[in-house]
Formats: sequence, structure tokens, C-alpha cells
Amino acid sequence: MSHARYPEWHADAAEALIAPIVAREPGPVLLCLQAVQAHFGYVPGDAVAMIAEACNVSRADVHGVFTFYADLRDTPPPVVPVRLCAAEACQAVGGRELKTEWVAACGDDTELATLTGIDEPIFCLGNCALGPAALVDGELMGCADVARLRAAVTQAQAMGEGA
Amino acid sequence: MSIWFVPRDAAARSMGADAVANALEARGETVVRNGSRGMLWMEPLLERADERHGPRVGWANVTAGQIDAGLPDEQADNFIGAVEAVDYLARQNRWIYERVGITDPVDPEDYMAHGGLTGLKNALAMSASEVVQAVTESGLRGRGGAGFPAGIKWRTVADQAPAPHAGESPSAPAHKYICVNADEGDSGTFADRMLMEGDPFCLLEGMTIAAHAVGADRGLVYLRSEYPDAIATLQSAIWIAREQGWLGNNILGSALCFDVEIRIGAGSYVCGEETAMLESLEGRRGMVRAKPPLPAIKGLFGTPTVINNVLTIASVPSILARGAGAYAALGQNRSLGTQVFQLAGNIARGGIVETPFGISAKALIEDFGGGTRSGRPLRAVQIGGPLGAYLTPEKLDVAMEYEALIEAGGMIGHGGVVLFDDSVNMAEQARFAMDFCVEESCGKCTPCRIGAVRGVETIDKIRAGKDVEANTELLRDLCDVMTQGSLCAMGGLTPNPVLSALNEFPEDFASPVIATG
Repeated sequence: MSHARYPEWHADAAEALIAPIVAREPGPVLLCLQAVQAHFGYVPGDAVAMIAEACNVSRADVHGVFTFYADLRDTPPPVVPVRLCAAEACQAVGGRELKTEWVAACGDDTELATLTGIDEPIFCLGNCALGPAALVDGELMGCADVARLRAAVTQAQAMGEGA
Repeated sequence: MSIWFVPRDAAARSMGADAVANALEARGETVVRNGSRGMLWMEPLLERADERHGPRVGWANVTAGQIDAGLPDEQADNFIGAVEAVDYLARQNRWIYERVGITDPVDPEDYMAHGGLTGLKNALAMSASEVVQAVTESGLRGRGGAGFPAGIKWRTVADQAPAPHAGESPSAPAHKYICVNADEGDSGTFADRMLMEGDPFCLLEGMTIAAHAVGADRGLVYLRSEYPDAIATLQSAIWIAREQGWLGNNILGSALCFDVEIRIGAGSYVCGEETAMLESLEGRRGMVRAKPPLPAIKGLFGTPTVINNVLTIASVPSILARGAGAYAALGQNRSLGTQVFQLAGNIARGGIVETPFGISAKALIEDFGGGTRSGRPLRAVQIGGPLGAYLTPEKLDVAMEYEALIEAGGMIGHGGVVLFDDSVNMAEQARFAMDFCVEESCGKCTPCRIGAVRGVETIDKIRAGKDVEANTELLRDLCDVMTQGSLCAMGGLTPNPVLSALNEFPEDFASPVIATG
């Protein structure tokens, strides 16, 4: 699941995702946005218009939902996204320091920075007794450090290329 | 032949459990992927039994390399002996977590072999009203933080007629919903996650009992996107439960028809607030609603809706199985039964501790938790999530129950306990609390939306030594406005960590210039 390369945006494919949700669900807007992102990796502007029409609401309504939720994005995600927990329990075991070190490591290595998107902070991964926690390409890591993050990125990249 | 148990819990996997399981299978061994026992500092915790339901011995912090070098034995340095004799487990009293770590979470036979469905069968033999009465008599209160009595909430929903979705014709199908709040966003909490990954049938059984009690036909679990393993495990459990006749039409041969679906969150903390969660479930921005109307009367799509936390609902099967009186005999004062505490942050032995309410914070932190992981002195403890106060080590004699914690200036929240050693800067933590509110405010109430931004700026000024006295007064005033003028706990409780940091650790707010001058 996490190593899938997303297909290119395709309007017919998006329609096929959206139509059954609208037919079945009483409150479909967020579900449509999530379905589009799950399939294509992000929500292109065309999808917002398409969802608005299918749900019979304004584009502003859909845009409002889209911008409210941190998960939803309008650009494709990095190939191997890295997300470091920025919440208290991980702060207590060096989460802030890890972030500084990781950003520095990405500063020295533009390939790593491009590959991972450096870091999109996330608030709590539920691994609060084994912090600092991180999510590398959707896989949870406990007691994270820069070396383990690098190794996980390399492994995820290799698996992605093998797929 | 030996059977090996390697947890499939995300925390265990985050420390290499999959590699351990693969290494065992590569040797031709039989491996069961159980839930985690909740002794997280031991993960991956490998267990071995001579027969499927036999007693188990364990090895802590096992690596694939250790397995490759040979199957571990009693002479290994990391051998811990009989798992259930480990003090940390032996001293707990597990109701909600009775099967977590023992069973294969998605094996229905294993579930029934360990007492699963007993509560539901008992409930189906009772009238709906008797089930509500039993939950009321158990003293069960909401485990999400607010502590509202579950039985009273259920009675309110039971007394309503099912309603069609808002905007539909009066002749459209009428519904009541059971909505489980699994948007466990509080840092330092993971009990919902581990229950859903370790015993998902328990949550489904609790929801089904609730449906019988209040006359609901539909169930939704609002589960945060940050928990991919919990989503996958619960989804598997739902499919299996349908095959088993535990969900769907005529459940266990009764007249009850009820089904459950998962709805996935989208990275918004405030959607853990129940009315924001309803908005999100209806597909909109997660903006908090004013109450009344109560969700119990007009909830999801305008229908009568039970909203309970995962742990509240997961308490119900054991209450119905073992008796409301036995449950109510545990705990103290108005906090009855057990709570699943979560020990987190800078802690030596972090994990799950299910025990009756009333244990002291100190006993949890020292006797179970073993103090800080770093070995440095404990400086502050945050109880009850990001909106909970920071307590000093001197205040830890407080009993862990709803009212006693409020009296001590804290709150039990979702039962999370986060430790900080003496390297913490409490002004930084206060700033983070405001900054978190900036990030996560839904924007409905001005004191929360704007106040949090001003709060960050004001703390920065204080730390920089600018008009310290005036700005400190301003910060207190701002906190007062946020507390009094916000609809929900996001704006209303953000001042808790800020003011407790300011009051208990004022030295951290002094700028370096002033501190050395």
C-alpha cells in the first residue's frame, strides 16, 4: 500500500471513484476528497470542481473542506515521505533535536530532501512510549534517529523501485 | 511443538517485530501475531507456549539477528520468564484489555475462547432498558475526557424515536447511530489504538451492545488517519464479524440488525471534539457546533446519536459479562471501574496500565513506569493530553480519578501520563501549547482562533525580556478570555498547560539576559 506509485490524474478514473460515494453517502464531500487523494496521491484542482458538481454544492464549499484538513494536499507527495512526530511525548525524548538534525541532514543532501520532502510535521502517531516516533513512507518507526531514518528511506526506495 | 507469539501491534512493529516474525517463519516455526501486552519498553516481546492456550514465557527486545543465531532459550540474557508473572502485568486488573496481547486479534475462535461475546449474549437475553440500567449501575463514565455518565447518555438516546436524515422526507428510513470516537489525538495516549489493533472484536461487541440498548441500526468508527495499522485491523475484524453473524441482520439469531463502518479522519485534532467529529462525519469542515441540541437528541445527520470514546464502548462487554456490580466495586468516589492509563514520554517502562481508578500518579510513574528513561530527575508531568496541566513532581500524590485531578488543577483526559526530565524548558512547552492551538483551532471562536496567535507572540515577548510584567499580565488575561469565551475544550483548556507552566516554572520564562543579570 505505502509503496504504490500513484497513477497520473485521469478525469474518468476520478469520476468512477466519486460517483458511487455520492450515490451512497449522505455527506459525501470529504469522502470524495479522501478517495481522490488515496488514488492519485493528491487532490488536483480539477477534482474539486468535479466533486462540487457531483455533490451539488459550490466549489467554495469543497475548497473549504479541502483546506480545513491537514492531510489533504494539492500537489503530489514526495516519493518516500518522512513525517516526524511534533507532539509533547516525543518532545520529551528529543523530538525537537531530532527534527533539527534531520533538517540538517537533508540540507547536506538535496537528493534526500527531494525524496522525502524533508518533513511534514505530524501531531502524535500513538507511539508515545517509544519516541521519538516517525512515519517513513507510511511505516511507523520508534526510537527514531537520523541513521535509522536514512536506512528506512533507502529500504522504502528500494522496495518502491522493485515494485 | 512450540508456538511463538510476536505482536502485530504498530508499536512492536515500529521496533522490528515483523523482522522477528519473518526470522522465526524462515526457521519453519509456527508464529501467531498477537496484540501487544502493553509493556512497550520490551518490544518486540517474543513469547513461547507449548500449546495454543498454554502458559507463556517471554524474551524482551528480541531482534531478527538473535533468532537467526538460534531459537532463544531460558539462558538468554533477555529471557523474562513467565510473562504473566512480570510485576508490571501481575499488578494490573484488566477488564477492557483482558484479551489484548493474549489473542490473535482477528481470530474469532480465539476471541470466543477467551470470553468474547459473553457480554453480548448476556445483553441480548436482557431487555434494552435493562442493558441501559446495567451500564448506569456500573458507574461507567466517558473515557474521552469529559466523564459524562454513559448510562445517562444511552438512556437519552433510547428515549428518542429514530429519525430520518435531516432534509429527507419524514417517510424516509429512520435511524439512530452509534458513533465511536477513535480520533485519539492527544499526545501520550495510545490505548484506543492498541485496543483496536489488539482486540478489535471487543470494540465491535461493545458497539453492538450499545445498539441493542438504544435501538440503533448503524455504527460508525471515526478513526484517525495517523493510525494505519488500527484502520487495517479493525476493517479486517468488521469483515470477519459480518461473516460470523456478529454484525448485520439478526445478530446471533436475535432480532437485532446493526452494522459498522469505519470513517477515516484527515489530520485534524479538533475533530476529536464530538460535535466537530459529527461535522466531519457529515463531510464538512470540522467546526465545533454549539450545544444544545445535544447529539443524543439531534446528532449525526440530525438523528439521535450515541457518541462514546473507544475505551468507554470497549468497557461495556466486560461489564455485561462480569456484572455491573463487580465493575462498580472497583475505583473510588465517582470514578468507578478501571481506567487504562498510558505511560509515555521520557519514561523507563512506558506502556499500558489498566487498574482501578484511585491509584496515585506517583505509583503509576514510579512503581510501574520506573521514572525517567534518561535517568535524569523528573521535572514535569503532563496528565490528560495537550490540554492538561503540567504538574510538578511534588504534586504527584494526587489520586488518578476525575474529580481529584480537577481539584489538583489537572484533568484525567484520556488517561495519558507524559514525563519530562530536567532538560525540559517549560516556557517552550507553554509556547507549544499555544502554537498547537494556532495549528488546530477550528476557527469558530475568536478567543481560540486569534487568542492562540496572540498567546504565542506574548510568550515570545516575555521570553525575550520585553515588558515582562505587563506581558505576563496580558498572557493571564488572554488565558482567561480563552477559558471563558470558547465553545469547546480546544480554546477553553489550552490555558491549562500555559498557566501551569507559568505558575509552577516561572524561572523558565525569564530571558537569559535577566537570568544572568
